[in-house]
Amino acid sequence: MTLRCPGCGYVYDEQEGHPREGFPAGTPWSEVPDDWHCPDCGIYDKVDFEPVDG
Amino acid sequence: MEAATHAHAVESELNPATWRDPKRYAWLLGLIVPLLPFIAAGLVALTGLGVFWFYGPFLVFVIFPLLDLAIGMDAENPPDSIIKWLEQDRYYRWCTYAFIPLQYAGLVFACWLWADGGLSTVDSIGLAVTMGMVSGIAINTAHELGHKRADLERWLSKVALAQSGYGHFFIEHNRGHHVRVATPEDPASARLGEGFWAFLPRTVAGSVRSAWGLERARLERGGHSARSVHNDILQAWAMTVVLFAVLTAVFGPVVLPYLIFQAVLGFSLLEVVNYLEHYGLLRQKREDGRYERCRPAHSWNSNNVASNVLLYHLQRHSDHHANPTRRYQALRHVEEAPQLPTGYAGMILVAVVPPLWRRVMDHRLLDHYGGEVGRANVEPRTERRILAQYGGAA
Repeated sequence: MTLRCPGCGYVYDEQEGHPREGFPAGTPWSEVPDDWHCPDCGIYDKVDFEPVDG
Repeated sequence: MEAATHAHAVESELNPATWRDPKRYAWLLGLIVPLLPFIAAGLVALTGLGVFWFYGPFLVFVIFPLLDLAIGMDAENPPDSIIKWLEQDRYYRWCTYAFIPLQYAGLVFACWLWADGGLSTVDSIGLAVTMGMVSGIAINTAHELGHKRADLERWLSKVALAQSGYGHFFIEHNRGHHVRVATPEDPASARLGEGFWAFLPRTVAGSVRSAWGLERARLERGGHSARSVHNDILQAWAMTVVLFAVLTAVFGPVVLPYLIFQAVLGFSLLEVVNYLEHYGLLRQKREDGRYERCRPAHSWNSNNVASNVLLYHLQRHSDHHANPTRRYQALRHVEEAPQLPTGYAGMILVAVVPPLWRRVMDHRLLDHYGGEVGRANVEPRTERRILAQYGGAA
């Protein structure tokens, strides 16, 4: 699953994870903590992220 | 003005290539700042007057406030259709990259002057104050670079912060301040009734604490300890330690007190700008307990041309908070954003005199909230006095 920040367009791809943020490749979205914010813009929280089709 | 801007935008939408950025070459003026020690030395040599070692604060606190008053405002925006194209033009980023080699050439030059330049103590202090201006405005350059996605720009941001020892800023600012801006939880958002001199220690200490917490959380998620080489704050601080150590080794211990002094002055200059950017503004809490999203109404703005050119449009602060990764040349004036009476340079002079600041700003803040003081971010320690004065019980 891939999710996008509705503000700045940052994309979280479960396959790649985000190792710098402490999410190794393969980390499912459900394991990303709820209080995690978009690392690029800081405006949107995890719950605001939108799934990307395909 | 409004109609003219609109007409301009419509015309440009037809052919983006015909739109010309009126500020394009003005951004090069920002490079005056890192050149300040060279300009000061040149003026001293030309006139024989040691007072020109103080040229930095003279430029920031006298020339720029006067230029703001003389040149006035510019509310013109690049047309929406141009923004992407404008952001991709690499010329603009080179204007910011060029700041950094000049900044460090200036710092080495200043160290040489302190050690071997034959300056009197007063002259040396003047030069240190000038270097403090460079240091502080370098944090603004670091701010522009630190918001970008490219690793190179984030690294340059850390480098620019080394002179002021404020390496934790790019963590705290992006991950702390932008998330909690205009709430009581943000150390860098000033509160109604909080004077600058009370704000300064709160924001300096609070920002370090917050940055450390954020970085520790990031590292612990990845299974690292906060005290590891992966810690971005420790890496950035290490740059300062190495920089100051090398300069002290090369030029002698005489430069160290001046280096520390200019660093403190530099980050204080940043913090006074933080003070005026969000003074008293508050995001309301929604029913689910989260704060409403940051809106243009949550930052103080200024369209003064002179200080906007000097600060890479930092004063178009509402658009910056709405679009933090947007590049400076594309930041827009937002109509509903509260406006400061003059540019940041002049407002700094007001902020350091708290009674004057309250006189100039409190009624503007209250007007912004339609007289309802309860909607502002009020300092708890002065709340009783503020509510008594502004009728908050209603």
